[in-house]
Amino acid sequence: MAQSITIEIRRYRPEQEDEPVWQSFEVPCRDEWMVLDGLNYIKDELDGSLSYRWACRMGVCGSCGMVVNGEPVLTCATYLSSFAPGPVRVEPLKGFPVIRDLVVDLQDFVDKLKSVKPWIIRDEERPLSEGEYLQTPDELAAYKQYSMCINCLLCYSACPIYSLEPTFIGPAAIALAQRYNLDSRDQGAEERMDVLSQHEGLWCCTFVGECSEVCPKHVDPAGAIQRYKVAATAEWFKSLLPWGNR
Amino acid sequence: MSQSGKLIPSEVASRKAANPRYQLFHPKWYRPRYPIFWWVEKIAYLRFITRELTSLAVGYAAVLLMVEVWALGRGEEASHRFHDLLGSVPVLVFHGVLLALLLFHSVTWLNLAPKALVVRLGRRRLPDRLVLLGHYAAWLVATALVVWFLVGR
Repeated sequence: MAQSITIEIRRYRPEQEDEPVWQSFEVPCRDEWMVLDGLNYIKDELDGSLSYRWACRMGVCGSCGMVVNGEPVLTCATYLSSFAPGPVRVEPLKGFPVIRDLVVDLQDFVDKLKSVKPWIIRDEERPLSEGEYLQTPDELAAYKQYSMCINCLLCYSACPIYSLEPTFIGPAAIALAQRYNLDSRDQGAEERMDVLSQHEGLWCCTFVGECSEVCPKHVDPAGAIQRYKVAATAEWFKSLLPWGNR
Repeated sequence: MSQSGKLIPSEVASRKAANPRYQLFHPKWYRPRYPIFWWVEKIAYLRFITRELTSLAVGYAAVLLMVEVWALGRGEEASHRFHDLLGSVPVLVFHGVLLALLLFHSVTWLNLAPKALVVRLGRRRLPDRLVLLGHYAAWLVATALVVWFLVGR
């Protein structure tokens, strides 16, 4: 029998309680187990009513983000044994309304992501007969880092500004806007700037920097936002010049 | 729960009895209040708040410089009086603390510079460390110029 560890889960069952409560479970602590394996053990063996999201178990789908011992992490990529002798405290992501147990409502993020138009915008599409839009390795490298985002929302959970200013578009959505702005095939930077140059866009960010620290894919959203600010400021100064576009 | 997965009426009634605010099929979200003292929860947040608050020291230093220029404009006597005030022990102690806050603000601010600036030389992007070194070098040059202006001339 492997050693065991206590997992404390912040549970919220709207039909039973008005506020979340902590519930403890004793689970085996195997060297190869992630925190998600511990949750799956609870779901399969101890309490089938526990609710949480997960899918790929390999740090790709971004579904299993939760706050473990105060840090937003992907539970499929965090060893349970790293918290031995325990206890391990598992909470839903901060900044989002909790639907049930560890499941949060992500609609606000989805709406904000849509508002920055995270797709390639072309003034005019080339006919198919002209073939693909080719890119050089340098052009790919310009945006590749930002394209690694898996929408796990750990950055939103780590960002105190998103919790304090719910209108803030947030780190991942801005990093993804930057991903398309830096894509040589895209021509939509100006459209995105209309949304992001608002207060609730770039300027809400006060550069706490924790979004980049917790990002499991090293996307560096904080860096993306600051670079965007520099670009927006440069654009504004350019527009003041007599030959500027204003 | 029935076998088809639907809630049976008696179960709905018992859930309502347990919690009168429970509404079937209407999710009742829990929206936690963000704590006022969120900034003491993590060292990183505390460092951020300290960086933000030390900008008050930067503002004070700027105002002090303007007051000094104003005193200079009022003539030699006013300028001496102002310098005597600056040389008093309480003001020296206060400015010692202020210097520490200014240094903290400057160092933490400069350390963030590579995050915001992407500098390219042709097709190559300069490493963050070089961008940082450039900022510290500029800071050193500016400090040396001020020291030369005050002492060395």
